[in-house]
Formats: sequence, structure tokens, C-alpha cells
Amino acid sequence: MSEIEEIVQGVLAGDRRSIAKAITVIENNPEKARRIIASIYPHTGKAHVIGVTGPGGSGKSTLIEKIIREYRRRGKTVGVVAVDPTSPFTGGAFLGDRIRMQELSVDEGVFIRSMATRNYLGGIARATKDAVKVLDASGRDVVIVETVGAGQSEVEIIKVAQTIVVVFAPGLGDEIQAIKAGVMEIGDIFVVNKADRENVDKSVMDIRAMLQLSNKEQAWTPPVLKTIALTGDGVAKLIEKIEEHRRFLEREAGREKAREKAETELVEAIKEKVASLMIEELEKEGEFESYLQKILRREIDPMSAAEKILKKKLGGC
Amino acid sequence: MHGERKIRVLIAKPGLDSHDRGAKIVARALRDAGMEVIYTGLRQTPEQIVETALQEDVDVIGLSILSGAHNTLFPRIMELLKQKGLTDVLVVAGGIIPDEDVPELEKLGIKGFFGPGTPTDKIVQFIFENAPKRS
Ligand SMILES: Nc1nc2c(ncn2[C@@H]2O[C@H](COP(=O)(O)OP(=O)(O)O)[C@@H](O)[C@H]2O)c(=O)[nH]1
Ligand SMILES: [Mg+2]
Repeated sequence: MSEIEEIVQGVLAGDRRSIAKAITVIENNPEKARRIIASIYPHTGKAHVIGVTGPGGSGKSTLIEKIIREYRRRGKTVGVVAVDPTSPFTGGAFLGDRIRMQELSVDEGVFIRSMATRNYLGGIARATKDAVKVLDASGRDVVIVETVGAGQSEVEIIKVAQTIVVVFAPGLGDEIQAIKAGVMEIGDIFVVNKADRENVDKSVMDIRAMLQLSNKEQAWTPPVLKTIALTGDGVAKLIEKIEEHRRFLEREAGREKAREKAETELVEAIKEKVASLMIEELEKEGEFESYLQKILRREIDPMSAAEKILKKKLGGC
Repeated sequence: MHGERKIRVLIAKPGLDSHDRGAKIVARALRDAGMEVIYTGLRQTPEQIVETALQEDVDVIGLSILSGAHNTLFPRIMELLKQKGLTDVLVVAGGIIPDEDVPELEKLGIKGFFGPGTPTDKIVQFIFENAPKRS
């Protein structure tokens, strides 16, 4: 058996070492990763994927630990992908989400993996999606993805999830302002964590008000909940809402959302394939460089250059 | 165009130490040297450390210990690593480890020892030179 086949067999059998290796391959080797995903894809689509995002320090990791415990109590197995940013200056990363979940690391029913955003081919969103597929194919009932909700790329990452939970802490008014642009639209459930602190109710009201502003006609109205992740207060209620959302997806929006996701993935995949094919072709003849020079001399703009290239390579279409 | 292979390091504190300043300083230095550092906090059992190394598929484990329990905890960790087939992981140790204990620990497969006050550069360099080369 080849190395890849061995990893695939292991993943499908739920072997933890194989799961870990598969994710490493996804992080390092796009070609082998593609082969792994191709083999496991028929076995995916069973897990419920939950995204947890929000400002750093709002308590996401602590809350996830409690969410895992609650699912374990219900007999479900859980996988976690915790994404933290790579430093743009050093290329290194400090991956600290696990600190809050370490007691669970020895539970056979839990698998936690930390990922840095790096500079992946196809983007971190793709790498995260593939890691989620590995956990899904390994038989996990629930897969949780944690990201810091800040920029557009994080919003892209978290879209891998079927149910998106946005976590705030009280008194983060400015941060809510800063990140609401992307996050308010994608959240299915909003949580104000650290409900043991002051100004919780004000934060809840602020979020409700903001949600009403974006007042689209929606079949699902995102609830705003309070939790104390440190003690687990409110977590059972949160799980109820997550489960309600899962049933809602199955009942109504599920097929449409799945279709949308598949469509985005196909479009992204085509873009990536076509782009790398074209660039490879152009580089053979040194044409890439010559277009680049023309653009730098302002003789042609990038979009027109791309059009010209396509016409030439694909013939008169 | 794609991210090059990164060295992934687990910094773990076995035993009952009550602070982790040193471990955090090392963790930061490794990150600044371009590594991906998984940090797990205080009071990790050997089982937790090895299971974390497995799930995170790390290249290197840095064990930091002050409490003097290394002679019982390190053998257990090395044994569990072997059991789980994690034999190519580079294991280094920091903290307070008396010189006379080093030969025994080296026999177990632990490769680098860095006492208090070791310049972090030295640790970084050691890891770059000794981390397993994996595809
Ligand atoms: N007072 C209080 N502190 C909390 C609560 N949840 C988390 N924290 C603390 O907030 C800090 C950040 O938590 P963490 O889970 O790492 O946040 P993350 O960055 O969003 O993942 C930690 O010191 C937690 O102990 C809570 O409900 N109440
Ligand atoms: Mg976190």
C-alpha cells in the first residue's frame, strides 16, 4: 500500500495517527492532499460542522471546551480545528487554543488540531475545509472550527461551517463595531460570553439592535444567548440552539445551503486549477515575465492582459 | 507559492510546577524563529503530552520542568511515545535537570538539555539542526 492509501485507510477507520498525518499532508503537500481528499470525499458530509468565531479573548476556546463536554455527555464524538494567525513578519505562530481544552486531549472521542494560517496554496480557507473533511470522514459526529473573527479571510474560513456561532464578551463595543461588517451577516447564533461580568445585557441589546438593522427577511432568526464559559452556565442552552439550527437546516435551508457550498467549492477549484495551469504554460515560454514587464510599464492593465492570454491559449472564445 | 514545511513544536510542562515563564519565553523565541508552537499550559500528564504530540503531529517536543520529577515523568513520556509509534520526534528538555541525571535521560532518547539562563538562540539553533527531516 502506498503512503497515501495507508493514511486514507487509517482515516476511514478512525485511526488517530492517520488523521494527524492526513492533516499534516494537507498543510504541506497540495498534490498529495488532493489525492487524500479525492479518496475520502465519498465518506464526508455526515458530521455537523460548527464554526466558532469572534474577537480574541472573548472566550471561544473556553466555550468550545464546554461544548465538547456537553456533546460527549450526549455520546457524540468531536473533532476540533483551531486556527490561529501566522505572524507575517516571522512566519511563525503561537497556537494556544488547546490550553483551554487540554483535559480533553486524552479522551478517545475527541481530536483537537491546531492550524496556523500560513500562506497556503488555495488559502487557509481551503486547508481548513480539507482538515474538516478528514475529521468528518474519520467518523466524528461533530466538527468544531475556531477562528479569530477579524478580517475577510477569517470570514472565509468559518464559512466551512453549517452553523456559525459568533462569540462576544461584554464591553467589547468597539470590537463589535470593527468586525460586525463581516460577521453579523454570517452568524447563525450569537453569544455574549463572560456573563458573570457587567454590561452583559447591554451587549445583548446592542447585538440584537445590529441584527435588526440588517433586517433581511429570514427563515431563521439568530438568537442572542448569554454564557459563562468558565462555569458552563448557558452552554446546554447553546447546544439546544445549535441542534435546533441543525434540524432547521435539514428541514428547510439545508439542501440549498449545501448546493451553495458545493457551488462555491467548485468555482474555487476551477479558478485554482485554471490559474495554475495557465501560469505554468506562460512560464514555459517566459511569457509570464513579459506580461509582467508590460504591466509594470503601464502598457497594459492586468485584466486586459488576462483576457489576451486566455484568447491566445484557448483559441477564439 | 505554497507554505513551506514548518517545524511544529509542542512546548509542554509536565508535573506540578506552578509557573511557566521560562517555557513561555522559549515558546516565543521559537515562534519568532518561524516555527509553529503549540502550547498546552501547566501540569500536563505524560498521557496528555504524548496524545497532544500525536494529534498535532509535531516534529519536536520541548519538556520544561522545575519540580525535580523528571526522573519519573520523562521515562514515562518516552515509553508512551514509543508505544504510539512516535519514534522520530525530537525530544528536548529544559528547566532544572542536574548534570548527573543527564546520561540516564539521554539513554531514553532525549537529545538536548537546556538549563536556566540558556540563550534562546542556542535552543533555536539546536532544533533547526536536529528536528527530523520529514516530507
Ligand atoms: N470571567 C470570565 N472569564 C472567561 C470566561 N470565559 C473565558 N474567560 C477567560 O477569558 C480569557 C480568554 O479565553 P479564551 O477561551 O482563550 O478566549 P479566545 O481567545 O476567544 O479563545 C481566559 O483567561 C479565560 O479564562 C467567562 O465566562 N467569564
Ligand atoms: Mg482561542
